[in-house]
Amino acid sequence: MKAVPQRRRSRALPLAVGLFALGIIAARLPAQTPKPVRKDYTDADVMFMQGMIIHHAQAVVMSEWAPTHGARHDLQILCKRIALSQYDEIKLMQHWLMDRHLPAPDPLHMLSPHAGPVHDSSPMNMPGMDMGPDPMMMSGMLSAEQMRQLDAAHGTAFDRLYLTGMIRHHQGAIAMVADLFKTPGAGEQPEISGYATDIDAGQRVEIARMQAMLTTLTSSPAK
Amino acid sequence: MTQHRPAFRRSSIVWATLFAAAALVAARPAVAQSNTHDPRVGLRAGLYDAGVAAKGLDLVAHRNKPDIFHPMDPGGLTYANSDMAFGGHYAFQGNFSGIQIWDIANPLDPTLVDADVCFTEQGDVSVYGHLLFVSAENRGSRLDCGTQGVQDSVSKQRMLGIRIFDIADPAHPKQVADVQTCRGSHTHTLVPDPKNKGIVYVYVSGLAPVRSKNEMKGCEGGDITDPNTALFRIEVIRVPLAHPEQARIVSSARIFNDLLAPPTHGVAYADTANGAAARIPPRFGPKMPPNTSAADSAHAMRLAGLMFAERTDAKQVSMLSDSLQAMGIKFSLPSFGPPGGPSQCHDITVYPAAGLAGGACSGYGLLLNIKDPLHPVRIQAVADSNFSFWHSATFSNDASKLIFTDEWGGGTQPKCRATDPIDWGADAIFTLKHDKLTHVGYFKMPAAQTEDENCVAHNGGLVPVPGRDIMSQAWYQGGVSIFDFTDPAHPKEIAYYDRGPIDSTKMVLGGYWSAYYYNGYLYGSEIARGLDVFKLTPTADLTQNEIDAANLVRFEQLNPQDQPRLVWPAAFPVARAYLDQLTRDDGLSATRRTAIADALNEAEQASGAKRAGTLKKLAGELAGDVKGSSDVKRVRLLENVVRRMAAKS
Repeated sequence: MKAVPQRRRSRALPLAVGLFALGIIAARLPAQTPKPVRKDYTDADVMFMQGMIIHHAQAVVMSEWAPTHGARHDLQILCKRIALSQYDEIKLMQHWLMDRHLPAPDPLHMLSPHAGPVHDSSPMNMPGMDMGPDPMMMSGMLSAEQMRQLDAAHGTAFDRLYLTGMIRHHQGAIAMVADLFKTPGAGEQPEISGYATDIDAGQRVEIARMQAMLTTLTSSPAK
Repeated sequence: MTQHRPAFRRSSIVWATLFAAAALVAARPAVAQSNTHDPRVGLRAGLYDAGVAAKGLDLVAHRNKPDIFHPMDPGGLTYANSDMAFGGHYAFQGNFSGIQIWDIANPLDPTLVDADVCFTEQGDVSVYGHLLFVSAENRGSRLDCGTQGVQDSVSKQRMLGIRIFDIADPAHPKQVADVQTCRGSHTHTLVPDPKNKGIVYVYVSGLAPVRSKNEMKGCEGGDITDPNTALFRIEVIRVPLAHPEQARIVSSARIFNDLLAPPTHGVAYADTANGAAARIPPRFGPKMPPNTSAADSAHAMRLAGLMFAERTDAKQVSMLSDSLQAMGIKFSLPSFGPPGGPSQCHDITVYPAAGLAGGACSGYGLLLNIKDPLHPVRIQAVADSNFSFWHSATFSNDASKLIFTDEWGGGTQPKCRATDPIDWGADAIFTLKHDKLTHVGYFKMPAAQTEDENCVAHNGGLVPVPGRDIMSQAWYQGGVSIFDFTDPAHPKEIAYYDRGPIDSTKMVLGGYWSAYYYNGYLYGSEIARGLDVFKLTPTADLTQNEIDAANLVRFEQLNPQDQPRLVWPAAFPVARAYLDQLTRDDGLSATRRTAIADALNEAEQASGAKRAGTLKKLAGELAGDVKGSSDVKRVRLLENVVRRMAAKS
């Protein structure tokens, strides 16, 4: 998180600043100002939720490619599940942030074809799509080059790149959870606690499933 | 990180990304409510004035959450109601931040006896005699029950595990013990000692990360090969009822060891081409393809067998590593802790009368032998590529069936939309014969719910109607659903109660955590709205006689995860319930049914020897009816109960 360039002015939450600067914060706060919520979170919690939204967005994009990139049938099913699950989780995290008047990244909204470039940057600058060398930043996300390779792949080649990429992506999410729980006072707010625990448990199972699929790919001739 | 950006800016991948994401949004239309005619579709939203649709269930009492749990401020888990347990004329209702004790001597008028704030998460409750057990899992959970959290990474204030309260005086519960565990307690299950009435065991399922060994000695988070790891096991706590302060962990059952290649039931319906294409939920759940092809089964077996390959086969690890490195990715699995795959159970339901337990353990459903409660032994593991998160289990009363629920999405998201596959986030029904589980069907609450209703399979238990397997189940904002799984391949919903969403503009967390039948009434723990009490009402699928018969089953206490064997007394409602079932399935001729009903009426009006004589004669006739019946089993049940009634007259 610390590596996000603070190109505008300094704020309390470095990631939030980074996201603002990159123009991907949604101005989608509820029309009516909700009643104030007592502060039941830490900065690390906020960064976790904001970061995980971006992290998930990439997983959704990758997974939605499965039908058009000739993924094999069982992988298409898994991709559908991952896309559907993480899409819903993005919405959940956005609500959590907006309920607390915190900046909520809205990558899916931003990525609509009518959105157009914002500020001096464009959606291409979405962090994580181009995560740079800092492994602390959205750990496990694919670089632009890796995304390009995945998009260019088809059939078994896509399956292989998707599975290796998504296994690492999931491992990154698990690492983010571990980091959250290592931070003093963080991960205690019940929704975050429950949600982070779900990510840990759920994505471990999916990793196992993907590793099994990958092994069956690896044992067949690679294209 | 900025130096790579220009390349990305020019890339066509961006636009592919944009359109993929746009397509993603577009692919999710509003719930196609017109696709189902279920009365639950389209209910008005509201916290306390939502629209209601019900069939076969009457709401007879409702109580809001006590004020200390901020009932008017729903939407978060901080004060969410959780699970329930029952003892005598009290209902114990958990909350993420405390406990509630309701006097239900008159179920039509539940009275709050006590409510205490004690921040805990999830606050699942069990009761045994004068002791109340509460699960604590949140890292901010404190020994002193305070809500201020725990600021230090290592702290003597942190309480993760089982809290024990003395509730001899229910108005004034006393905290008598805290049993700390390495991973806390997400859920727990009581297992009475089969030989010593003064001892109860508690199986603890914890999902939280392993805490620091500096905080609790011996807490290691190693791999399954590490004999000290706090993962891949459940904790067994021994509680002497007379001295609960002596409660301690006495065994750590390693029920995951050697879990390599569980058999599966084959490719799930949703994984077939038809299932994947199914966008509109059928009304009463899907059917498995009659014959899953051998090729599909072989493929599923292979996947399951390879699921844990990385643990055992260095060559496969190496291939995986190569593949990752080909992408320029350093293979770094170990740095993220133990290998992927399940390392804990979410929940365990024990059925002591059968000596069995069903463990919902992440990627697996485990069947356990618990005849020695200290050392549960895994008998079988099933996997289901259709399941996301194995959540909980319920046995049929004769232990011939076992239902596992899949809490896809963790319960905080809408998973019952018209666009969600009908068997994702559902129940999987297995038959259980000679200690072997076989998957036969799925059940999911069938009415399409909105984007604003968190909905997925959740807690439930048996409704004691003799002669049938009936279960009540909570589906969060999908409401309470009661279904019959007597024919496990064709489960059928028979009753429900559903309110509209809490909020019509966004998803506010709420709905039923659990719905359990206890001594004549159905109790629903509503996360946001409080406590609901229901009465079953007759419909074409459930008669008054069947309801009356269920009402004859009484318990001194009920912890749904400690499943009791249902036993029905020899009584007229039970006989009539069987007779009603023979009417429903046309198992006997109408002439015979009328004659049997007349005989039962005659016997009921008589007494003593005359009643005994009438019943004995009827039992003899029923023995003769067996031959001509299309429902031999039920005729025998009827004969048996009539014979027992005769004997006690």
